[in-house]
Amino acid sequence: MTEFILKRVLQALLVLIVMTMLVFFGVNVVGNPVYIFASSECDQACLNKIIVDLGLDRPIWEQYLTFVGNMLQGDLGNSFTHGVPALHLIFERLPATLELAFAALVIALVVGLPLGMVAGLRPEAWYSKGIMGFSMIGFSLPVFWIGLIMILVFSVQLGWMPAIGRGDTAVVLGIESSFFTLDGLHHLLMPAFTLSLIMMAMVIRLTRAGMREVLFADYIKFARANGIRERRILSVHVMKNILIPIVTVLGMEFGGVIAFAVVVESIFSWPGVGKMLIDAIGVLDRPLIVAYLVFVVFMFVILNLAVDILYSVLDPRVRLDGRPS
Amino acid sequence: MTVWKPGLFAAALAMAAPLAATAQEVLTIGVRSEASSLDPHWTQLSADLQVQEHIFEKLVALDSASQPIPGLAVSWEPLDETTWEFKLREGVKWHDGEDFTADDVVFSFDRLRAGISGAPASPAFQLEKGRKMWEKIDDYTVHITTDGPYPTVAEDLAMLPIVAEHVASGVTASVDFNSGQAAIGTGPFLFEEYSPGSSISVVKNPNWWGGDVHWDQVVFRPITQDASRLAALRNGDVDLIDYPPTIDLPQLREDPDFTVSTIAADRLIYMQPGYKHVEPFITDKDGNVMVPNPLRDWRVRKALSLAINREAIRDRIMGGASLPAKNIVPPGFFGYVDGLEADPYDPEGAQALLAEAGYGDGFNITIHGPNDRYINDARILEAVAQMWSRVGIITEVDAMPRNIFFSRLIRGDELSMPGFDVPEFSMAMTGWGTVAGEATYTVSGTLETYNAATGGGNGNFGRYSNAEVDARSVLAKRTIDPEARLAILQEAITIGMEDYAYIPIHFQVNNWAMKAGLEHQPRTNERTLAMEVKRVE
Repeated sequence: MTEFILKRVLQALLVLIVMTMLVFFGVNVVGNPVYIFASSECDQACLNKIIVDLGLDRPIWEQYLTFVGNMLQGDLGNSFTHGVPALHLIFERLPATLELAFAALVIALVVGLPLGMVAGLRPEAWYSKGIMGFSMIGFSLPVFWIGLIMILVFSVQLGWMPAIGRGDTAVVLGIESSFFTLDGLHHLLMPAFTLSLIMMAMVIRLTRAGMREVLFADYIKFARANGIRERRILSVHVMKNILIPIVTVLGMEFGGVIAFAVVVESIFSWPGVGKMLIDAIGVLDRPLIVAYLVFVVFMFVILNLAVDILYSVLDPRVRLDGRPS
Repeated sequence: MTVWKPGLFAAALAMAAPLAATAQEVLTIGVRSEASSLDPHWTQLSADLQVQEHIFEKLVALDSASQPIPGLAVSWEPLDETTWEFKLREGVKWHDGEDFTADDVVFSFDRLRAGISGAPASPAFQLEKGRKMWEKIDDYTVHITTDGPYPTVAEDLAMLPIVAEHVASGVTASVDFNSGQAAIGTGPFLFEEYSPGSSISVVKNPNWWGGDVHWDQVVFRPITQDASRLAALRNGDVDLIDYPPTIDLPQLREDPDFTVSTIAADRLIYMQPGYKHVEPFITDKDGNVMVPNPLRDWRVRKALSLAINREAIRDRIMGGASLPAKNIVPPGFFGYVDGLEADPYDPEGAQALLAEAGYGDGFNITIHGPNDRYINDARILEAVAQMWSRVGIITEVDAMPRNIFFSRLIRGDELSMPGFDVPEFSMAMTGWGTVAGEATYTVSGTLETYNAATGGGNGNFGRYSNAEVDARSVLAKRTIDPEARLAILQEAITIGMEDYAYIPIHFQVNNWAMKAGLEHQPRTNERTLAMEVKRVE
C-alpha cells in the first residue's frame, strides 16, 4: 500500500511538471493580454509600460522559471485583473463549485441508481424503455440548451425558481454553504440538476448493464436457491458488484464536473471556479488560467488515487501492491 | 453524525430575513461583465469603471453625451497657452467624513505617475499626454501645465478618478480596494460588499454634494450569458440589464412589462483596409498575390463602401439598433460633421468603380474580425462578406475571439518588436470608442500616420497615411481655441473619410432593458449608472 502510494505520488509530480510546462507555454503563445487591457488611446510608451508592469518584457523561459520557483513556495502568481493571488481567488470560488458538483453527484446517484436497477430488472417493460430513452436524452442534449429551457420554463414562465445566482449561505460546522438555507437550496436545485444529467444518464446505463450481467451470475442463482430474500440479494449482493464500474466512472466524471462546470456555471451565473476560468480566458488573465489548470491537474491526481483506494475497499480481488492475490 | 438542527436552520432563515423585510429602494442591475477591481487606477475595463464611478469621482464629469461638465472641479480655464487652472468644489466630504482638498488631487496624480505595481492598465497615460505637471496653489485650486499648447486637458482629467490621500497612501493596490478598506470616494454611493462572481453592492451616500439619489442600495450582478441575463430580468431577479440580446429587442419594446432605453454609442464599427504594398490576404482570381495591393486605390475602397447595405445590417442583424455612419464621432460630439452621410447601398455604382479602377473581374480577399467583442460582430462580418461577394470581390471570413484578434490586428506576429509593429490583416472589422466625447484623439488615433514616438495613429492598424490629414491632426492637437479646433477637425475628418481611409459601417446603438416603471437616461459611453435610473409612476 505505502509503496503504491509513493509510486503514485512520484508519477503525479512528473505529471505536474509536464503539465505546468504545457500550460504555461501554451497560454503564453495565445494572444497578448496587453491589448485587451490597454485603452484605445494608449500609445506605444503606454503599451510598453503595461508590458513591464505585467512582467511580460522578460524572456518566456525566465518567466517560467520564476513561476516554478514561486510555485514551489506555494505561490501561483497574482491575477492580472484582480491583482490578488490566483490561489486565493480559486479557493474563494471553489466552495460554490464543490457544492454544485456534490449536489449534482447526489442527484445523479439518488435518481440514477434506482432507475437503472428498475430498468435492469425488467428490461422489456414499457417504463424501462422510457427510462432508457430518458438516459439517451440526458446524454445527447447539450447542457446549455437544457439549462436555458429550464430557466425559461421554471423561472420565466412558471416563476417557481430563481433564474440565476447562488442563494443565501449559512455557516454550519465551519463550512459556509447554501445547503443550509432554504433560499440556498432553492437556487441550487436547477443548476445542480442540469449538471447532474450526464452523470445521471451514465449511472442509469451502467447500473442497468451491471444488473443484466450480475443477475445471471452463479452466485446470485445460488443465493436465490439458498432462499435469501430478493430484497437482500438486490441491495447487498447485486449492488456491491455493480458499484465498481460506477465508482470508477463517477470518480473521473466528478473531477471533470468540478473542473469544467463552466457551461452550467455561466448559464446560471453560479459564482464558481468554472465561471472564473471563462472570465479569465476572456481577458487573457494568464496567471489565473495557469494557476487554475495546475490546480485542476493536482485535483485529478488526487481523485485518481482516491478511486484506486476505494476500489480495494469495494472489490477484494483488487490489491494495490500489485501482488497476485 | 447528523448535524442538522432545526435551531440552526431557523437561525439561517432569520439571517436572510431582514434583507427582504425592509422597504428599501433597491436596484439590482444585471451586467454582462463583472468588475474585477474596485481600485480606480487599476484597469481601463469598462466593467470596472462603471462600478467605480458610483464610488469615486473625477475633477471633470461627463454628461450623458460624454461632454465635460463640472465634477469635483467647479470650473476650469486656460490661464495661458500651457497652464490650466482648476477650481475645486468646496465642502465635499470623503465617505469617511474627511474634507476633500487639492492635496487629494495631487496625491492621486502622483500615485498614477509613480506607477502602480502590477496594474494591467492604469489611466496614467492620460497624464503623459502633453507631459502634464500639476501644482497645488491653495486648498481648492490646482494648476495643470503642459509642454505646449494642449486643448483637451479637461477631457483627459475626466478619465482620472481622485482617491483620498489619507486613505489610499500605503495601501496595497487593488486588494485593499476590493476589501472595502480603501474604497472610500466622494461619489453618490458607499461601498458595501464585494462578493466575487456573485455581486457588488453599494449603498446611498446621504451626504453627496450632487443631491439626493433615488436608490438606497444598488446591487450589480454579473450574468455573462445573454439569454440568462434576459431571463433574470423577465422573472424579476434583476430590475435592469445591459446589452439585452438584439434579437429580443422588438419583442421587449412591445411588451408593456418592460421598458427599453436606447442611445447611439460613441463606438464606431468599421472595416480597416490594409495599406501595405502587398497584402497577404488579397489574391487575384488565380490565387496570386496582387501587386500593387488594390486597396491602395481609393476607388476600390469607395466601391467596397457602396457595396455594403447598412440598412439591411441594421434591420436584419442589429434588431434596428445601429446608426449607419460615415462620420467618425456620433451626433452631438465635438467634431461631428453635418452632411457627412452614410453611403447609400449602390452595388451597380460599386461595380462601375471597380471596373474603372481596373478590377472589373474582382479579386479574392479574406476579412478578419472578432466574434466576442462588438454587438453581433461575427454576423456583421458575414453579412459584409456576402455583400462584397455580390459585387465580384470573393470574400472569406475569419472570425476569432478578441483575445487573439487584437494581438494580431495591432502587432501582427508575436516576434515583432515594440515600436515596429506590423499589423497582420488586409481587411479587418474593428471598432473605436471616442471616450473623451470629442474627436481630437479619434482623428489622431485612427487617421494620422502611425508614429510610435508621438503616439500619432496608434489606432491606425491599416497604416493609412495622408499628409493633408496629418497636418490638420497635429495642428488640432495644439489649438486651444475651440472654434478653430472644431473647424480643423472637421476638415481632417472630411478629407480622411472622403478618401475612405477606412470604411465605416455604423455606430453601435446601446440598449438597456428594465422593468416597466423605471426610467433610465442612457449614456453614449456605454456605462450603466444607478444615478441615472429612477422610479416613475
